[in-house]
Amino acid sequence: MDLSCTEDEEDFRHRLRAWLRRVLPALPPRPDPADWPARRAYDCGWQRMLHDAGYAGLHWPREAGGKGATPTQHLIFLEETERAGAPYVGANFVGLLHAGPTIAAEGTAGQRARWLPPILRGDEVWCQGFSEPEAGSDLAALRTRAVRDGDDYVVSGSKIWTSHAEVADWCELLVRTAPVTPDTPRHRGISWLALPMDAPGVTVRPLRTLAGTAEFAEVFLDEVRVPVANRVGAENDGWRVTMVTLSFERGTAFVGEVVACRRVLESLARTARANGRWDDPVLRRRLGRLAADCTALWRLTQWNVSEAQRTGGVPGVGGSVFKLRFSQVRQELYDAAAEVLGADALDAGREWVVDRLSSLSYTIAAGTSQIQRNIVAERILGLPKGR
Amino acid sequence: MDFSLTEDQRALRAGMRELMERRFPRARLRAVVDAEGGGGAAAGEGAGTGAGAVDRGLWRELGAAGFFALRLPEAAGGVGLGLPEAVLAFEEAGRALLPGPLAATHLAAGLAATGAPVAGVPVAGAAVAGAAEGEAVVTALDTAGAGHGGAVLVEHLASADAVLVLGDGDAGIRTAKEIGSSAEAVRSVDPATPLHRVPGGVAPAAAGERSSGEQGAGAGRGTAARLRREAALLTAAQQLGSAVRTVETAVAHARERVQFGRAIGAFQAVQHLCASMLVRAETARSVVYAAAVTEDPGDIAAAVLLADEAAVRNARDCLQVHGGMGFTWEADVHLHLKRAWVRAEQWQTAAAAEEELAAGLMSTGARCL
Repeated sequence: MDLSCTEDEEDFRHRLRAWLRRVLPALPPRPDPADWPARRAYDCGWQRMLHDAGYAGLHWPREAGGKGATPTQHLIFLEETERAGAPYVGANFVGLLHAGPTIAAEGTAGQRARWLPPILRGDEVWCQGFSEPEAGSDLAALRTRAVRDGDDYVVSGSKIWTSHAEVADWCELLVRTAPVTPDTPRHRGISWLALPMDAPGVTVRPLRTLAGTAEFAEVFLDEVRVPVANRVGAENDGWRVTMVTLSFERGTAFVGEVVACRRVLESLARTARANGRWDDPVLRRRLGRLAADCTALWRLTQWNVSEAQRTGGVPGVGGSVFKLRFSQVRQELYDAAAEVLGADALDAGREWVVDRLSSLSYTIAAGTSQIQRNIVAERILGLPKGR
Repeated sequence: MDFSLTEDQRALRAGMRELMERRFPRARLRAVVDAEGGGGAAAGEGAGTGAGAVDRGLWRELGAAGFFALRLPEAAGGVGLGLPEAVLAFEEAGRALLPGPLAATHLAAGLAATGAPVAGVPVAGAAVAGAAEGEAVVTALDTAGAGHGGAVLVEHLASADAVLVLGDGDAGIRTAKEIGSSAEAVRSVDPATPLHRVPGGVAPAAAGERSSGEQGAGAGRGTAARLRREAALLTAAQQLGSAVRTVETAVAHARERVQFGRAIGAFQAVQHLCASMLVRAETARSVVYAAAVTEDPGDIAAAVLLADEAAVRNARDCLQVHGGMGFTWEADVHLHLKRAWVRAEQWQTAAAAEEELAAGLMSTGARCL
């Protein structure tokens, strides 16, 4: 039980801080959230700066062009960049955190050479084509079909909840390459393809969220030709290929947001002090309990990272436990913000009001809380398969 | 950073678990509870021979195993370990529902060994000196825990030799006899934790003695606050142990109990109760362990809140998973719930912890996370 940093880790932190202090003031202003090309340019510009300073792909293996950093160093990186108010990974999320690591783990040498460097440099943006209208929590029910025709697959179907689809160059696409029969489990017969988003037959339609913004899109695929060479891993082995990458997730997926929780909470306390609501002990105690919850999210993160380090990167008990607690706390935080704001919580121009709306997705995105509880029950607690 | 347990810490935890299972198996717990007659009653009178009395033999064995002397320097006959190790030991005690004023005796052992001035030591010195070996039973009276009318509940008073009294800023040791003279037995909700109500106004030192806070030079100043924090954390560790145990108990029952032709653990409604229990327990674990490392008051307050929540709510859910059996005296679930309620009232209450954390939000930059 050691929460202190080693000399190397402290050194890494100090060099990073110094770099952030130097470069952040020179960043251009943040783009309009509705301007997708500007957002892409901003996010990729930041990635390029990270790349040039040697911070790109910190958690990627060295063979893939990454830095092979320890989970603790990655944790420090995410913590310090968030504290310093540096840009979020943004449009490069899928490339850096899922598609890239998948290619690194399962791709051929040629595939790694083609796709990984542009991700690290911020030259190419990836999006994720996994979910479908009829395949959400039940991802293996996906129906987008890919039929072999010479050196191409011909792909038809539709994908949904695809963030950054409008500005992405590539999509990591899960397709069905073998039909589901009574003899083959549904998880077989799926393949992983790199789809060029500019291929003929790809149509992107933005989806407006309840927060009023178009944070993701539907992607329609009408007989899109994708070279067989773009398949990563064996045909019909895409489910395993996709799941392998989850082991790259070493408990650090939400570090920035955990740090942000504490900042929001302190800001709420100051606002409550200013508007007089701080005098209400019920509100005060509510914020006090949220402070405990935020502390817990941070400690859980440190625990998960340490356990991942100890077990060699295999995600353990931690991931689902953290996700469940995190999504709940995140929503409670913004509900508390609404209490601090009072009637001003109805003014969407006020700070936290749109965040409150956005927070409603936390218990749904990346595995609903119900699915997470199923996972905890069956895979961690060993309860019988549910129904 | 490596937050995981070291090999030594794992070994310590395993050793403590083995000790608890061997010396305080379920049959022993049931003997304590069932001797009491099934209705909840007054603490045993007469030097701890009655129902719910501290088992002196077990207490000595805990002492021999280093439970109370865990943090004393080896030169002083202790084990020379720190708060993280103490937390692991207390977690195991909580898991086993081991009764007795564990935290108070552990802290008294520390007071005796530090050589710091402690009020009342001339009077109760022998008792305190014996705490480390488990020869003495020391309970606690925390004046900050005063309820209506200033009265304070004290556990296991009839079994105790001495009482660690925590005042506003100072701490002292009084004999159990002194405190007991004005105490009144309470029908404790927890059959394994006899309680006495002691009227308000008890000072850390008997008349004519100086309390630690009055010794000057800062030796005693803040002693009470430090002891209160440590006691709160060690109690939170017991809550954690209980919370982890009730998850396991609920899961074991859900895998075994068959209804509608299948184990009830196959039903999502039951699965989700169990999953939420695990989330509470593991969340509490990370905060309790972190607080043991940092000893930061805010971290300890967070540990108190999340461990109390985990212990109480997990016991409730465990009871629910057990259905009708969970409502019986025979099942152990209610013992976890009742003890969790007792512990949640000790040392730092939820209200105090929440207020402390809220105040911490206003001291911007004082601490991040």
